[in-house]
Amino acid sequence: MAAILQRGADPAARFEARAATREAPWVKWTLIVVALLFFALFLLMPLVAVFIEALRKGWEAYFAALIEPDALASVRLTLIAAGIAVPLNLVFGVAAAWAIAKFEFRGKHFLITLIDLPFSVSPVIAGLIYVLMFGAFGWFGPWLDTHGVKIVFAVPGIVLATVFVTFPFVARELIPLMQAQGREEEEAAIVLGASGWRTFWHVTLPNIRWGLLYGVILCNARAMGEFGAVSVVSGHIRGETNTMPLHVEILYNEYQFAAAFAVASLLALLALVTLGIKVWVERHVSRSGPEAQDGATS
Amino acid sequence: MSKTTRVLPGFGLSLGVTLTWLSLIVLLPLSSVFLKASDLSLAEFWKVVSAPRVVASYKLSFGMSLAAAAINAVFGMMLAWCLVRYRFFGKRLVDALIDLPFALPTAVAGIALTALYAKNGWIGQYLALFDIQVAFKPLGVLVALVFIGLPFVVRTVQPVLEDLDIEHEEAAASLGVGRWRTFRHVILPVLLPALLTGFTLAFARAVGEYGSVIFIAGNIPMVSEIVPLMIITKLEQYDYPGATAVAEVMLLISFALLFLINGLQAWTARRTGRDR
Repeated sequence: MAAILQRGADPAARFEARAATREAPWVKWTLIVVALLFFALFLLMPLVAVFIEALRKGWEAYFAALIEPDALASVRLTLIAAGIAVPLNLVFGVAAAWAIAKFEFRGKHFLITLIDLPFSVSPVIAGLIYVLMFGAFGWFGPWLDTHGVKIVFAVPGIVLATVFVTFPFVARELIPLMQAQGREEEEAAIVLGASGWRTFWHVTLPNIRWGLLYGVILCNARAMGEFGAVSVVSGHIRGETNTMPLHVEILYNEYQFAAAFAVASLLALLALVTLGIKVWVERHVSRSGPEAQDGATS
Repeated sequence: MSKTTRVLPGFGLSLGVTLTWLSLIVLLPLSSVFLKASDLSLAEFWKVVSAPRVVASYKLSFGMSLAAAAINAVFGMMLAWCLVRYRFFGKRLVDALIDLPFALPTAVAGIALTALYAKNGWIGQYLALFDIQVAFKPLGVLVALVFIGLPFVVRTVQPVLEDLDIEHEEAAASLGVGRWRTFRHVILPVLLPALLTGFTLAFARAVGEYGSVIFIAGNIPMVSEIVPLMIITKLEQYDYPGATAVAEVMLLISFALLFLINGLQAWTARRTGRDR
């Protein structure tokens, strides 16, 4: 936290130093105060409210809400869903970025648009499509039923919906990064006799590791926090098909506000950790890889 | 084909994995929405998607999404401006927390906003003095959509503002033009594509948003029901064709918005000479 608050060489200084790019102090401070008030009202206060509401009934009630069996079951299911969805989308993201960044082929822009598609689809529709495919009245519903396989209103459906909503995250981070880095280094390795996999592990991976980490972190945050899509396919069976966000909803609707906010505070902590890692990664990238950024602008 | 000059291996494998995964997870399931709705005749489809309760939800969703995106365009740009141009205490913390709506699960945001804006909440109790009710009213939808849309505007405007060539501003200053007119006629035209992109991204996200809205909206039929909730309601009544019909309308709008966003981003790239 201290690192975030500490002021280093602030690029804004160059604007404040010149008369041509400087506003009158009253304009500057009015803008800052209005912007910060808006920030506090819409971003800071909801975040603070989560923790204050969670501790309203004291630490004992807070921990009691967290170790309650249904809460633990929801944590477990959330970890399972993210634990399956994130690695799958990681492999996909690396493959997609490799194909798109290292090769030229027709329809590339269209492919990128298709990969982005899940971002522009409402989470509710993301859940609905799997109900239409695998639900009782869905395409594969009758077949699954006779074979005793349950996908919708069970764990596989939750995993599928999570995979859908987190689909673009890793690919989206890696594609611009790998495009900016070009393919000279990999080509050199291949020409020198390295195998494809070796080139990937020893040349490509070290170059993209920060972007990869960032993509995975974002993917994970969304996977653990997804509500709408998972809500449609879950069936809301307590202790069985409830993820953490769904458990928060159930507790909230039962007017167990302190317990709902206690579970919510875990998710809020996850969000803060995610943002912390993001800041950390960005500082690493700006310190260790200015050449990558030069490549992006030239 | 000049593809024989290709040195790097793995094109077939990586593109194969990509296309397979894309088809299985995204394309095939999404196509089910369009194939499933053919269970309805055109007249039945029209009856479902133009029912008064559904039309009321379109009006609420689109109206509030537009309003939220407009509010975010103004304050998001102000925040981006302050973050790029000024030094103030706690700036890095503010910069880091701008992304909070991306990282915070929507359900958590939903209950937190409801707690703040309820009649006895921190903010709600003061608004109640002026007879303003936010939670469980259409205004609540607006508050939630402002929350989730803010980072889109800040994060699209901020990099363009950082890369802005200050020579034009200096030229304007040397000609004796005031700061406001410089902003209006020199800076804003360059920022406009990015600002519009951010506005449209925030709008597109707001239209589909579910988790953060349903807690604070109150979900009163004809008054504060959003379109995604109509799909959920129909699903809960086992009205699959109805849910699918409304989903189709939403998807078509989403695709149109996606098309628009792509165009806007290309415009931003041309105007500022930077890659997306």
